[in-house]
Formats: sequence, C-alpha cells, structure tokens
Amino acid sequence: MGIVSPSMAITRYRVEGKIEGAATETVRRGLIKNAITEIDNEAEDKAVGWTSFQSPYFPNFDGSSFLFGNLFIFSLRIDRKSVSSKLLKKHLSIETADRLAKTKKRFLSKDEKAALTEKVMKDLLVRVPSTPSIYDIVWNYENASLLFFTNLRAANEQLEALFKRSFNVGLIRIFPFTAADSLAGLSDSERDALIGLSSTQFSS
Amino acid sequence: MLDISTAYHRYRFLGDEFLTWLWFMLENSQNLFTSVDADCAALEIGNRIVLENRKTKSVERITIKGDDAGLEEGRLALRKGALVSEMALVFKTGEYQWQFNIKGESLNISSLKTPGPTFPQSSEEIDVFLLERYESIMKIINFIENVYKLFIHLHLSPQWEPKQVSSIRKWINAAGV
Repeated sequence: MGIVSPSMAITRYRVEGKIEGAATETVRRGLIKNAITEIDNEAEDKAVGWTSFQSPYFPNFDGSSFLFGNLFIFSLRIDRKSVSSKLLKKHLSIETADRLAKTKKRFLSKDEKAALTEKVMKDLLVRVPSTPSIYDIVWNYENASLLFFTNLRAANEQLEALFKRSFNVGLIRIFPFTAADSLAGLSDSERDALIGLSSTQFSS
Repeated sequence: MLDISTAYHRYRFLGDEFLTWLWFMLENSQNLFTSVDADCAALEIGNRIVLENRKTKSVERITIKGDDAGLEEGRLALRKGALVSEMALVFKTGEYQWQFNIKGESLNISSLKTPGPTFPQSSEEIDVFLLERYESIMKIINFIENVYKLFIHLHLSPQWEPKQVSSIRKWINAAGV
C-alpha cells in the first residue's frame, strides 16, 4: 500500500531538527549511502534500505528523482527470506547423515550439530529468493512533517532507525500524547496539566 | 520529555476519549466541523465503529459493522463504561467525499480513500498526480489534527468536566435503549 494505492494506511511523523547545509544534497547522500542492497544469492535473511519511489527494484537517486514539487518522495524497502522449519529439518537430516558417513561416527557433538545447522541455514538462504515489502514516504521538509504509508509497527521501527542514521534528524511518531504535546500549541500551564491528566469517567 | 513508549501507553486513553467526544459532536454539533474546515458539509460515522471497555477484568470489545448498522449497542456500551477505540468516518464536501478509519490509541489512519484522479499512465503527469494526491491526503490530516487540537484545549480547560463531560453523560443516558 502506498501513495498511489486507492486505499491508504498512514502513520504521521514530525521531523525533529534541521539538516545542516543544502537539504536536497544531504538527503540524496543519505539515500544513496543507505540504499537497499540485494541479498539474493547471499547468506542473509533480511535487508533494509531506501529505494526509489518510481523504480523500487532499481534504486536510483540521480538528479531530482526523489523531488516532487517541494516534497521528498522515496520508499523504504524491507527484503526478507524465510526458511521453513520443515525445509531446514530435511536438509539438516541429509547433511547429518552425510557427515556421519564421512567421519564414521555414530553421533555428532552438540557443537558439531550447531555448526552444521548454521551451515545448512546459510546454504538455504543463498538459494531462497527474498520477498520485498515497499512502503512509500512523503517528507515535507519545509513544515517538518512526514507521512509513512503503513501502520505496521515493525516497518515503523525500521523507518525510525534508518531515518536517524541516514539524515541525522529524528522522527517523532504522532499519537495522542505527541499530537497534544507538539502539534496543539499548548501553553506552559496546559502542558503541565497534560502531564498530570487522567482518564475521564463518561458513564455515570 | 517522557519516554515515547511510556507516553504512548500512559496517554492512550486520550485517543479513545477523543473518538468518543467526536461521536458526541457528530450528533450534536456539526457546525464545529465547518468551523474547522469551511468545505466540510458533513462528517459522518462510516460503516464501522469499535468500542472497548477496559474497566472490566478482561477488555470487552464491541464491533458494529455495516452500512446501515444501528448504533444503539454502541450507546449501551458507552453507558457501561466503554470508549470508542476505532471508527470509520466519512468527510463530505459539496462534491466529494473522503472515507477513512481512525484508531484512538495511535491516531493512525487506515483505509483512506480520497477523491481525485487515478494513477496516470504517462510519466509526465506523475508529478501533478502526486501533488494532488498529497493535498487531498493533507486535507483530512489537517482536519483531524485541528479537531484534535480543539479537543485537547477543551479537555485541559476548566470547562471540560462541568460542561462537556456533563453534556456527554446526558447524551449517553438519553438514548432510549
């Protein structure tokens, strides 16, 4: 689901802090430095990085490809591979039998079993293709707001960590407390009252 | 500044109270919404509302679904101490309408359907499409943020208990269920 989808899910953020220097150039560098890397044919189970909004399988941040009007639009891509326990069990059995035959042992030690499991898992990960998930981002730099097109908690957490690492500015997720504290323009006394607020009894 | 996770859980009741208050305002003070956005001809409850009662030992959850579903059960749940935890809303102007769900605990928006053009075939038109889509999304986001702002100021004012809460109690008890 993304900005072009007919039905959208959105998590809102406030961007905390300003980028030093020319914003567009700094954003471009952050995007390139933390762009998604392919993990197909690699013994990795997960990759997280930025990708292009218009060509998510071929990340390219040349020119103004991520600039639309006054908005930065790009995507977070999370690639995952999964190996089922049944598949692991099957290949582990084959490898164990092979190892026992070669070493003429009756059993493998605990350490040998652990090392073999790790090797089998790595071999399988190389052979399994990754499944990409793509979440669009619209960053209005001028008013320090950002829309993230998913409500999935795991994706939100990845976004928050990668954003800080890439651009050296933080993201504050908008939820009831932060919406009151940072968007409602509260006076000092209202802010103090907010901190001490407790729930209201509507039913009598 | 409070830890974010603590703030999320400690004040999640604010979101549920906001949606409960919003239901009350929908039925009693539509002009509030016009004062927030002059284009707003009506704000209506859509085809889903979820209420949760956290005062019981285990959380009781009531979901009312359907285009013509009656909300009597929801009012009854309010009377027993439940609050609205999620609701579908329809924002109408003279010509267009926006549909979306909003969750109290996070204020997250989902299933948002906006009016406007569909994704263009030619790449030259994509800039215009994206900027129009963004404006359309922001219309609802700004609307919700401004209504929430009013709610928070009201909640923190001395008028909250004597005026708002007492009116909401009367409204809850007035339903002939």
